[in-house]
Amino acid sequence: MDNTNKPKNFSRRNFLQKSLLVGGAAALMNKFSLPLAYGQTESTSITPFAGENQEAISYSACLVNCGSRCPLKVHVKNDIITKISSEDGINDPVFGQHQIRPCLRGRSVRWRTYNPERLKYPMLRIGKRGEGKFKRISWDEATDILAGKLRHTIDTYGNEAIFYQYGSGTIGSNLSGRNMSKRLLNTLGGFLDYHGTYSDAQIMTIQPYLFGPTDNNYGTQLQTLFDQIKHSDLVVMFGQNIAETRMSGGGQVTELYHALAESNAKVIIIDPRCNDSVVAYNADWIPIRPGTDAALVAAIGYTLIEANLINEEMLAKYCVGWDAKSLPDDAPDHSDYKSYILGLGEDKVAKTPEWAEQLTGISAQKIRELALEIVNAKAAWISQGWGVQRTQTGEHAARAIMALPIMTGHFGRQGTNIGTWGGSVTYPVAGMPMLQNPVKVTIPVFMWTKAIEDGENLTAKNAFIKGKDKLDVGIKFLWNYASNVIGNQHADLNKTHQILADESKCEFILVWDTHMTASAKYADLLLPDVSGVETSDLINNSYQSGAYNYLIRMQPAIKPLWENRVTYDVLCDVAEKLKVKEVFTEGRSYADWIELCYERTRAANPNLPTFAQTDGKGVIDRNLADSDKHIALKGFRDDPIGQPLNTPSGKIELYSQTLANIANEWQLDEKDKLYPIPAYLPAIEGVEDHEGLEKYPLQLTGYHTKGHCHSSYANLPQLKEASTDAVWINPIDADKRQIKHGQLVEIYNDRGRMYLPAKVTPRIIPGVLAIPQGAWAKTNKDGVDIGGCINRLTSQRPTVLAKGNPQHTNLVDVKLLSL
Amino acid sequence: MQYGFYINSAKCTGCKTCQVSCKDEKDTNIGTKFRRVYEYGGGNWQQTSGLWQNNTFVYYLSIACNHCEEPTCVHGCPTGAMHKRKEDGLVVVDQDTCVGCRYCEMRCPYGAPQFDQQKRVMSKCDGCYERVSEGLKPVCVGSCPQHALEFDDITILREKYGNERDIAPLPQSSLTKPNIVINTHAHAKRSGDTIGCILNPEEV
Repeated sequence: MDNTNKPKNFSRRNFLQKSLLVGGAAALMNKFSLPLAYGQTESTSITPFAGENQEAISYSACLVNCGSRCPLKVHVKNDIITKISSEDGINDPVFGQHQIRPCLRGRSVRWRTYNPERLKYPMLRIGKRGEGKFKRISWDEATDILAGKLRHTIDTYGNEAIFYQYGSGTIGSNLSGRNMSKRLLNTLGGFLDYHGTYSDAQIMTIQPYLFGPTDNNYGTQLQTLFDQIKHSDLVVMFGQNIAETRMSGGGQVTELYHALAESNAKVIIIDPRCNDSVVAYNADWIPIRPGTDAALVAAIGYTLIEANLINEEMLAKYCVGWDAKSLPDDAPDHSDYKSYILGLGEDKVAKTPEWAEQLTGISAQKIRELALEIVNAKAAWISQGWGVQRTQTGEHAARAIMALPIMTGHFGRQGTNIGTWGGSVTYPVAGMPMLQNPVKVTIPVFMWTKAIEDGENLTAKNAFIKGKDKLDVGIKFLWNYASNVIGNQHADLNKTHQILADESKCEFILVWDTHMTASAKYADLLLPDVSGVETSDLINNSYQSGAYNYLIRMQPAIKPLWENRVTYDVLCDVAEKLKVKEVFTEGRSYADWIELCYERTRAANPNLPTFAQTDGKGVIDRNLADSDKHIALKGFRDDPIGQPLNTPSGKIELYSQTLANIANEWQLDEKDKLYPIPAYLPAIEGVEDHEGLEKYPLQLTGYHTKGHCHSSYANLPQLKEASTDAVWINPIDADKRQIKHGQLVEIYNDRGRMYLPAKVTPRIIPGVLAIPQGAWAKTNKDGVDIGGCINRLTSQRPTVLAKGNPQHTNLVDVKLLSL
Repeated sequence: MQYGFYINSAKCTGCKTCQVSCKDEKDTNIGTKFRRVYEYGGGNWQQTSGLWQNNTFVYYLSIACNHCEEPTCVHGCPTGAMHKRKEDGLVVVDQDTCVGCRYCEMRCPYGAPQFDQQKRVMSKCDGCYERVSEGLKPVCVGSCPQHALEFDDITILREKYGNERDIAPLPQSSLTKPNIVINTHAHAKRSGDTIGCILNPEEV
């Protein structure tokens, strides 16, 4: 589509046409008034054809997985989007009455819509799998193939062989293709589902062992809202970067600004990178070596024990396993957290600040200062991003950070959190019912490659599959909707390629997306989806926008481009061919479903306007949660007997007998260890992997950049020029290798090689490289990734408990590229 | 009447929504950036007894055209295409008069005039004067998710926020008298600073 770069306002041809129509030649005479004359013609709107060139406005939303949600005001002329702007409506300088302003990505939707890499019609693979060669087919052929492959897979292998792939290209409790796809599969007898996410599998798996389970996915009910920081005097964040990962003007970055304006709390951010939250919140940056957070926490604990600053009585009241007195009967002697810290446990190593200094890179003096600062705060907010847990020993690291507010008493009170991300309130919107899935087994989200390779040998005890003791069959059919996982976001892409290239294992791959992503190239059948601006939906504020929660009605701004069709309509055709249309549709069109879901939402909230009144409104309803009602562990802190936690002991479990049992019963991989306490564990490819470091001396971590949300928007040149994908390297490491800022470098390990420009910056600790995750993988003829996808280098070895992705734990080296 | 920008550098996260929203509104080509977000910083790392110590500092500054009191781009323009509007003080280029000699680009110490490779003439931030004349704000100002940019009569902005504008990497304001006011980041350095440097030259 060549309309994207068509000059809109200032093209000479347009200008001449309009000037002549309005002012004739006179307008051209006075050169200095020309721009103004043009401006006047714009409002006069004199056009050759009545009705053309009129601006129409629709509301859409940015549906990507940033955790926030922004309404988009879409400006359209002649069925072409001309620009994107913020919502109209309220815009007061008061938190909760502020305009929800989209970030640079939401502002890029016009370019994303007309991007040349959009898929335009259904296609069937003709080359080798992964080669990216396709032929165009009709929708009738496409739905025939899809129906036929579903039938074949179910008849041959059973429904368990159909895996619904994780993906977050569109996300939210909406009616998009995600839930609909699952609904169709459920009408056919179900599918193999996953548990966990690539974002937070480790922290969400470990958190219930400490505080008890919550009944929502992100545990947000249990966490404190950032708004509570208005009561804090200290904010300590481990690897958390709200300013880059929760950028929406309606989201947590704004909430934190408002809260800090009230409390003026000091902010400390512990991160290998001097991230943009350090800049935005004028925080003290404590650089740390990746994977060592649990060592830092243990040393803080040592400092406090040494200085007699632990409130032992308080811990005895609220915790199991702080010391020997509160250990469960079955626990071995000295297996409590305090004994571990003091060096009385199994390893006989005292976790002194001097010990931690060698691992973390933070001086013992700084560790002591930090410990005193936290314990002496009136109300310290302690939280962590999800990068910490996305490491080889991520469960333990995440759990240690959760233990810090407990050890220091900063929980259950105003201005405190529990060492987790921080809470959010989601506006409840009725979505497409998915129906019941008759297949009860699920696999960890990261284990799908194993389930293709060796599915029949995956068990509850060796692979954390849930719902059954073992899988009966490996994955034979991959249903990939709005997901760039298979060719981009999964780890060790070269290994993944080998697994997917073997057509005898996974026999069929459906990719259904808006763009020719790196994953789409692996499709056997490739279907083009409509984008958000081409379709209707109801959408909430997403899962982590904070206290501000709202409902948005999305309406099509333009007609679906090319042959793209609304997902539901395609699924109806497939359902018809499989003779389940009545069950699938319940006699409703997509428009009927949207209205029905709205009415269901309205039934729970009668103050909402009628459906007809929501036409063209965008944001339909908005609320600001009272953060005093969202303070983690408040009920338990106030009344530990009357309001016990949902753990086996009813208390916070610094020692978990359940974990101790798992450690004994599971078949753990070689070198994997699982501790019942938040111990520091050295990682494979971590700071203590001396053998690995000898070969590859640099730790490589990924991070979330502003230029794209995971891999969504990552192909837009307008965003690439605003936010360049580059590898961060400290000048010390760069000088050693004679690398200068902006030069193309090769980053490599045994798993792969990739090229990126170097960002030589003092904003990263020496010994560590950082690459923004999400760039689209692309290999040259030598197998080198020239797209800049970090997963060319990341490891597929899962973490011990969650069997999650350890994608921030990699040893590499880097050299100047000599082409 | 003279309009100007207020730039709250203390609050800027460096997200570049201002830059991108401007691109969308003005439909500019790749390479043309009416607004640019400078990442300014520096500091050293030193190893003492095996441990790294650092004094790293960094802050962002979002800069477009500053619609200067003494716009050197206007003074140096041989055709008169580059002009300062009497009614609002905004500096605008008349692309039908511009011959693309790029003299303004060489003279401006802020990098505001941008050469349009397709049209072969200059382009630049015009303060969204059309929107402003309708009572709206420039697109960048209305797009900043953190409300870190403002646009108003410069006398009003100076009353509210003072008159700071000599912040690195910007040159001394005495050169062209820019109509901007900066709320400084805690790490801000003065114009002419030699400790830091622009850390994102490829992005601005």
